[in-house]
Amino acid sequence: MPITRNIIRINDLNSGFIDEFVESGRKIFGEDVLRSVELCIQCGCCTGSCPSGRRTAFRTRKIFRETSLGFKDSVLGSDDLWLCTTCYTCYERCPRGVKTTDIIRVLRNMAVREGYMADAHRMTASYVFKTGHGVPANEEVQKQRVELGLNRLPPTTHSFPEALRSVQEVLRLTGFDEIVGFNWETMELRGRI
Amino acid sequence: MKEYATFLGCIIPNRYPGIEATSTSILKYFDIELLPINGASCCPAPGVFSCFHLESWLAIAARNIAIGEETGQDIVTMCNGCYGSLAEANHLLNGNKELKDKINEILSKVGCEFKGNSKIKHMIEVFSEDIGVKKIQESMKNTLDGIKVCTHYGCHFLKPSEIKKHGSSERPRFLDDIVRATGAESIDYKDKTMCCGFGGGVRAKDIDVTLDFTREKLKNIILAGGDCIVDQCASCHLEFDRGQAEIKKIYGEEFRLPVLYFTQLIGLGLGMEQKKLGLEFQNIPAQSLLDKINGGRK
Repeated sequence: MPITRNIIRINDLNSGFIDEFVESGRKIFGEDVLRSVELCIQCGCCTGSCPSGRRTAFRTRKIFRETSLGFKDSVLGSDDLWLCTTCYTCYERCPRGVKTTDIIRVLRNMAVREGYMADAHRMTASYVFKTGHGVPANEEVQKQRVELGLNRLPPTTHSFPEALRSVQEVLRLTGFDEIVGFNWETMELRGRI
Repeated sequence: MKEYATFLGCIIPNRYPGIEATSTSILKYFDIELLPINGASCCPAPGVFSCFHLESWLAIAARNIAIGEETGQDIVTMCNGCYGSLAEANHLLNGNKELKDKINEILSKVGCEFKGNSKIKHMIEVFSEDIGVKKIQESMKNTLDGIKVCTHYGCHFLKPSEIKKHGSSERPRFLDDIVRATGAESIDYKDKTMCCGFGGGVRAKDIDVTLDFTREKLKNIILAGGDCIVDQCASCHLEFDRGQAEIKKIYGEEFRLPVLYFTQLIGLGLGMEQKKLGLEFQNIPAQSLLDKINGGRK
């Protein structure tokens, strides 16, 4: 491989990415939490503690370095970004106080906005639009509930249609339907899955 | 009689109703009443929905807290995931007026208001703090002596510890204390505090990665000589129980390790009718464990 392929040129980097990233999550977490990514000294405590990194190519510190430097497409377009289980082990151990899991979550929000949401995740979201539950009831468990002396359906959105309508309205107001691509007329996801 | 507003979430009522039935009846035995939160929804899952859209995740979590608060009681969850979402939402909204106003503007359209007056608690705290280890110990009717338990704490109850404030996330002990109170032995195993692999949307998108986490934990537990796993989270519970069935199907590897939510273990110690615990509805039979317990009945 010619060595020039490994040279990173300043012009290839998106110098505005770090600010775009901070702006994305600032209103939820506050600026300091997001800016903490710039405190990273690449020690690798996060990667060394990561149960996902043990078995995959997921490298937490690489994502942080790329975020600080402005490798926007590489960070947001990478499937690896979705290998964090949000176990917070690195968050607890980071010697620099980098708010690791919050940073990953904001980056994932940005990736979703850029159209990188996996079909499997759109599917999970669609259950909440339809039922109010990410894991909705099924026939078998409803029978088990009765055998255990519980009501066939729990006292959740499953039992209260007006509560389900409230949840749907909240998701409409936050624009989650547009983000996920949920069609209210068909009550299904848009496009083929 | 102490009362709590119960946040059920999804996996407990819709996949493992045995946890709901067992926890409710044991609490009644200890004079604690669980009130329903009528119309609650998915919490929504902290590592999943917050990764898609933080604002939507926060608004739905705030709605759940708001309708729970209407009962006038503190809110109790049975799942680390639900606890994670509700406790974090409570923390974020109570610490940021601008954010709280913004979310309340959305909630006002559906007739709700997040006030932030209720405490968010986990079922494990109700047992550890309200009831206490001593009382649990004194109430035991069956001896679970000789049962080797491997506890699994999960992630979102303990971490981030600066927000959750339940002590050390590296060496927690409250779940082990509860296990010991039943007379069972809590044994150590490699990477005890490691994640089960369920969270962060990894299970939905990359199930082979998730199951590889699960398999590693199961192997470590078997190696240590555990008779069963005892957890405090519905997601971890599903991961270990259904995960074993999936691992068997995909990798042909069988562990046959019974998976119990901690109240199911207490239920066995209290001498609850075993079919009331819902263990027979789970993927992995608990018979080996039940035989061991019944063999040593007081």
